Amino acid sequence: MGKAELIPGTLDMLILTTLKRTPLHGYAIAQSIRRISDDVLTVEEGSLYPALQRLLLRGWVKAEWRKTETNRRARFYRLTAAGRKQLGLEVSQFRQMMAAIGRVLEDAGEMG
Amino acid sequence: MNVPRRLLKKLATLMGRTQFDGELDEEMAFHQGQIEEELRERGMNAQEAHYAAIRQFGNTTRMKERSHELMDLGMETVVQDVRFALRQMKRNSGFAVTAVLVLALGIGASAAIFGFVDAALIRPLPYTQPNRLVVLYETTTMGKRYHLSYLDYLDWKRENTVFQSLDVYAPYGFTLKTPEGLEAVSGTRVSTDFFRDLGVVPVLGRDFRPGEDQTSAARVAVLSYSTWQTRYGRRKDVLGQTVVLDGSPNEIIGVLPKSFHFAPAAPSEFWTTERASNECEQLRDCHNLIGVARLKPGVSLQAAFADIRTIAARLARQYPTDDLNRGAYMMTLTDVVVGNTRPILLALLSGAALLLLIATVNVASLLLVRSESRRRETAVRGALGASPARLVRQFVAEGLTLVALSSVLGVAGAWGVMQLPVRLIPKDLLARMPYLQGLGLNLHIVVFVGGILLGTGTIFSLTPALRLSPGDLREGLTGGSRSFAGVAWRRLGRNLVVVELTVAVVLLVSAGLLGKSFYQLLHSEIGLQPDRLATLQVSAQGAAYAKDAQVIALEREIQQRISELPGVRSVALTSTLPLGDGDNAENYWIVGRPYHGEQNEILDREVSYDYFSTVEAQLLRGRYFREDEDESKPLVAIINERMAQRYFPGEDPLGQQIYEQGDEKQHIEIVGVVNDIQEGQLNAAPGPAVYLPFRQNPSKDFAVVVRTRQDADAMLPMMTATVHRIDPGLATYDPSTMRERIHDSPAAYLHRSAAYLVGGFAALALVLGVVGLYGVISYTVSQRTREIGVRMALGAERGSVQWMVLREAARLTALGLTAGVVCAVGAAALMRSLLFGVEPWDFWTLAGVSAVLGSFALLASFLPARRAARVDPMDALRVE
Repeated sequence: MGKAELIPGTLDMLILTTLKRTPLHGYAIAQSIRRISDDVLTVEEGSLYPALQRLLLRGWVKAEWRKTETNRRARFYRLTAAGRKQLGLEVSQFRQMMAAIGRVLEDAGEMG
Repeated sequence: MNVPRRLLKKLATLMGRTQFDGELDEEMAFHQGQIEEELRERGMNAQEAHYAAIRQFGNTTRMKERSHELMDLGMETVVQDVRFALRQMKRNSGFAVTAVLVLALGIGASAAIFGFVDAALIRPLPYTQPNRLVVLYETTTMGKRYHLSYLDYLDWKRENTVFQSLDVYAPYGFTLKTPEGLEAVSGTRVSTDFFRDLGVVPVLGRDFRPGEDQTSAARVAVLSYSTWQTRYGRRKDVLGQTVVLDGSPNEIIGVLPKSFHFAPAAPSEFWTTERASNECEQLRDCHNLIGVARLKPGVSLQAAFADIRTIAARLARQYPTDDLNRGAYMMTLTDVVVGNTRPILLALLSGAALLLLIATVNVASLLLVRSESRRRETAVRGALGASPARLVRQFVAEGLTLVALSSVLGVAGAWGVMQLPVRLIPKDLLARMPYLQGLGLNLHIVVFVGGILLGTGTIFSLTPALRLSPGDLREGLTGGSRSFAGVAWRRLGRNLVVVELTVAVVLLVSAGLLGKSFYQLLHSEIGLQPDRLATLQVSAQGAAYAKDAQVIALEREIQQRISELPGVRSVALTSTLPLGDGDNAENYWIVGRPYHGEQNEILDREVSYDYFSTVEAQLLRGRYFREDEDESKPLVAIINERMAQRYFPGEDPLGQQIYEQGDEKQHIEIVGVVNDIQEGQLNAAPGPAVYLPFRQNPSKDFAVVVRTRQDADAMLPMMTATVHRIDPGLATYDPSTMRERIHDSPAAYLHRSAAYLVGGFAALALVLGVVGLYGVISYTVSQRTREIGVRMALGAERGSVQWMVLREAARLTALGLTAGVVCAVGAAALMRSLLFGVEPWDFWTLAGVSAVLGSFALLASFLPARRAARVDPMDALRVE
């Protein structure tokens, strides 16, 4: 299993993205990130929960207790309007950043 | 992001703290459960899956900590930290009690002394712009601070260009008529604008009006607040009542505020106006007043001083008989009020500061030693997920808790100490330091203690926190203690101990010198035998004693009646008791000497014929007065040794004649020379004095001196009763034995309190310093246990190990002693004004202190040295 460290500062964005379609609980968030990234990105539980608290505190997500499909109580996180806005901002910033990095790498490749 | 909203959210979370925790727990448990399930589905057995899930999920405590930190306002963990700190202290109660007590001692001592300093030196005097007020004196050949005459005052007031106002005051003893009889009370006569110019407004009634000092004006009096309280029960109808002072009725017109005090004239119960018509006020050579002036805005002290000196010089030329050789002298009122207590207070404050320094150093090193022994605990807590910031905060909380506890204890102690002076300081001395009344905790002291708290708190928090570096974690867990940091801290600890010992030496030497000064002072030669000598002052006022013959008859009666009392060996009278203020001087000239305009102010006392034999002064030449020497006989005088040396060097004073200024016709023959009797304060240099027979120069105010066979104390009530039996109209005051006069004199009090207080500090410093040395040596030994074990395993003798430890202690002690002795001589030179008959480099004091400190230090290092020598090499090497 090729595991990679998350790029620093991207955890919030990844969490918010996974919540875009539907509210999820912590475990599901971690699972979702791992699955969609084909096991490349793993979210450490040690970082996940503090990050969720941070998002709650900033008002980007809301939490509520609901039943899962297996009928167990879990805390589901839902994206708020502010969170959606924040996500858009972070994604566009990240895209700009990636594009910039890509250009730098290509340039270096030609030289090489 | 919206900060207030986030704060609100944090608050809400905090309110529901347990809910927050519960939700977090549940959420994480759910997550862990999910992982476990997933693993089982992949074919792991139940138990394996459980453990794997726990491993994968990681450190839940750490996770919770981080979530908490996010939600944290800072407050909650503080409470938690303090609680933990208190628990720590409880567990290590020995350490906690020592540290808190040591620190409380330092803080308490500093706060108490600062309270005095604040009262005396910092708090402004209760007048408008007190720093613009100065006190004016006339200088004479005897010294600088002598009275001015009323006529001189008027001239100074008229001619000066530098003062906004110029007033005079004269402390004065009144006889007060009470229903029980006459009572001697203290009062002050002032010029009419005195209170207005100081900026003092009566709380009740009014103060004096201009013109109320004239002959035709009705006599009026103003009361001090305490007089109003004690004698008149704070009744408002006191205004308009009549008080009889010196036989004359005075109308009470006002009461002064409670906060008002005027130390130069204290204690003063009644205030009346100076009256221009008094006999003395009409004579330019009758000096009885002291001036108080307010500088004009923009006028400097130097300019003002120069101005009145010019005026005084002109007056001296204009009135050569009255003002010859008299000049002007000026001091700020603040200097007059607190002048002689300033060096003592500053010495004490330095002492307290040094004590606080030692206490801080000691507690810091104790904390250091403890943080050393807590390294494993710290490491475990770090490994369990406490962040470095959190660990440091824990130490900060512990340090601050320690300091806070000590501060509370210290301030409580200081408050107690500040209540003492009212009881400890002799009453009339306290009256002269009115600013000490109402001493207590105030804002200044709170701020001062707050400063100490902050300073020491910072030191105590940083000491162990700095000691704690992240790299130590693993080392702490493995229990190794041979780090470079350990060595560095040991070195620091040693330096601290040297500082402590130095400070202890400085305090001990200071205490030794002050103690020796005090002893010298009490045993200084005062020219008389003070044991079993009782004294009582009497004032015979009124019509019954208007004539000299009546006063002489009273003197005979008192002599007769008191000598009949049981236990009386002899009785004598003197116009002024020894060990007074060294005042009451006259100008004397010597018959047959060319006159060069010199002013010979010479102390002048009228004494009964057996005065010298009663006080047991030494007759050096000639004879005593004879019993029958009265107005019918030729005038005679006895002079003291100092006068004989100064005015008749190489001559025989016996048979020489002198005369008093203004009495050129009355030649007085010198018939005897006695040794110098200390007429002034114990530490004053005795001046020339002339003694005249009482019956040739009767005085209405005099003191009865009785030499008793037994205890002089028992004689005092009998003397008072006898005097009152002779005439209930006689005012008596201040019954005291000569020993009491010596012990309670301001000079003795000053020296005693300085010696006792600094001595107290020194004792504490000695204990703390020795404890500090013990701590450091013990710490060193515990750190070097392994090394010692290796040495022993390689064949070192127990004796040589012990010697090795002792040698280190001896080196530290020697360093501390050397530095201490050097600093102590410097410090003693600074407090030279407090030393009496002792040099700052007094050999025996220095040697004694070195011996005492050296032996205590030896004792303190002997215990750890013996422990080092008993180290079992096998055990020591197995520790690792």
